[in-house]
Amino acid sequence: MARRKINWYKYTSPASFYPLAGKVIPFFAALAAVLLVVGLYLGFFVAPKDAVQGEAYRIIYIHVPAAWMAMFMYLLLAVYAALGLAFNARIWAMMAAAIAPTGAMFAFISLWTGALWGKPMWGTWWVWDARLTSTLILFFLYLGFISLQSAIEETRRADRAGALLAIVGAINVPIIYFSVQWWNTLHQGATLRLGRSASIAPVMLAALLIMIAAVWMYSIAVTLMRVRNIILERERHAPWVGELAGEVK
Amino acid sequence: MLATLRWVIQRDATLAWRGRAGVLSTLFFFVIVVSLFPLGVGPELNVLRTIAPGVVWVAALLASMLSLDRMFSHDYLDGSLEQLLLTPQPLSVVVLGKIVAHWLVTGAPLVLMAPVLGLQFDLPPGALLTLLWSLLLGTPALSLIGAVGAALTLGLRGGGVLVSLLVLPLCIPVLIFGAGAVEASITGASAESHLSLLGAMLVVALMFAPWATAAALRISME
Repeated sequence: MARRKINWYKYTSPASFYPLAGKVIPFFAALAAVLLVVGLYLGFFVAPKDAVQGEAYRIIYIHVPAAWMAMFMYLLLAVYAALGLAFNARIWAMMAAAIAPTGAMFAFISLWTGALWGKPMWGTWWVWDARLTSTLILFFLYLGFISLQSAIEETRRADRAGALLAIVGAINVPIIYFSVQWWNTLHQGATLRLGRSASIAPVMLAALLIMIAAVWMYSIAVTLMRVRNIILERERHAPWVGELAGEVK
Repeated sequence: MLATLRWVIQRDATLAWRGRAGVLSTLFFFVIVVSLFPLGVGPELNVLRTIAPGVVWVAALLASMLSLDRMFSHDYLDGSLEQLLLTPQPLSVVVLGKIVAHWLVTGAPLVLMAPVLGLQFDLPPGALLTLLWSLLLGTPALSLIGAVGAALTLGLRGGGVLVSLLVLPLCIPVLIFGAGAVEASITGASAESHLSLLGAMLVVALMFAPWATAAALRISME
């Protein structure tokens, strides 16, 4: 049906993925930088002050994209891990390994900015709210994945063990999420709601969406950069890496 | 298949019984950790009663983490695990047998000991019974979830700490509903919903964990 067939399997080979990733990284990185500047400018200078929360609400322009990205990246991590186990191609496992640090970073950022936001809003740095707690647990899951992978020296075992852990973790994430929510509602009747009033100024929404796009682009660029490093590190004995090094010299 | 299961349970239980010291140390760890809390928090019985469910449950969680690396490491070191992997019986059944045996020697004594510790915290009789039930349903689930982590970290340096790092976040739901059940029965509410959820988690873990552990063992041993 397709006239021009692209052989996608070709790019699951690290040797052909490496130059492809190198070609697209500048594009995503530039896009990330532009979107970040525009989004932050809109969010911090153009968007109006929130009626209830004042200036402090502006942290959501960092907090919300980071929190979404942290959650989404764990899902992505599990998907790549599953692909790696199913198709036994190295590139998927490399992608999973490359995603984890960025995901952990976003989980940490969302916790940190959440604390900064909670102090003026709720008068405390930390509440055991269901969302905060489940983000914290998500952060722990990332740490577990990263430390398991770095504890195993043999890469094949590290990839497969990490993949299994990521899948088990992904199955557990909804269970953890709902049990934490239950636990909280069982403890205290009314929880603090993170949701703001339903209506949101268009410029606020635009800034938020731009920031989300920026975080996406950043994540793609950084993950591809990291995967390139992982490829070079693991394939350092392959002839094509030798040729590449020769070129650079 | 049942014969295999029984054989593995019998074998592991006998092995554990021959080396009693290791089994007892898990139990003593549990007792000591729970006993430390009144010393740290103060002897106020009202405070102790409110923290008792959490303390006993967290101690049980830590104790079962501590004993996890005993599940496979001995067999791994003397090579019998490799032989078990080569048997024609399905590996998940063998693994299930090992998990059951592990629970019998580390989890079950803990469950029996918990009401005694509950008395130290002045728990009412109804809550003691709930504690017993919640641990009876919860600790096998902990052993099952922990088995996956134990299999993944097999033979790694610093495996003991690593396994806790991997498994503890996954055990949080069990902790929440285990401690929640006891707390509910202290406040006079029905603990039934908590116990049902614990039971559900046990069933789900029973379905998936042996299978995932078998896959993890194959990854670690190849």
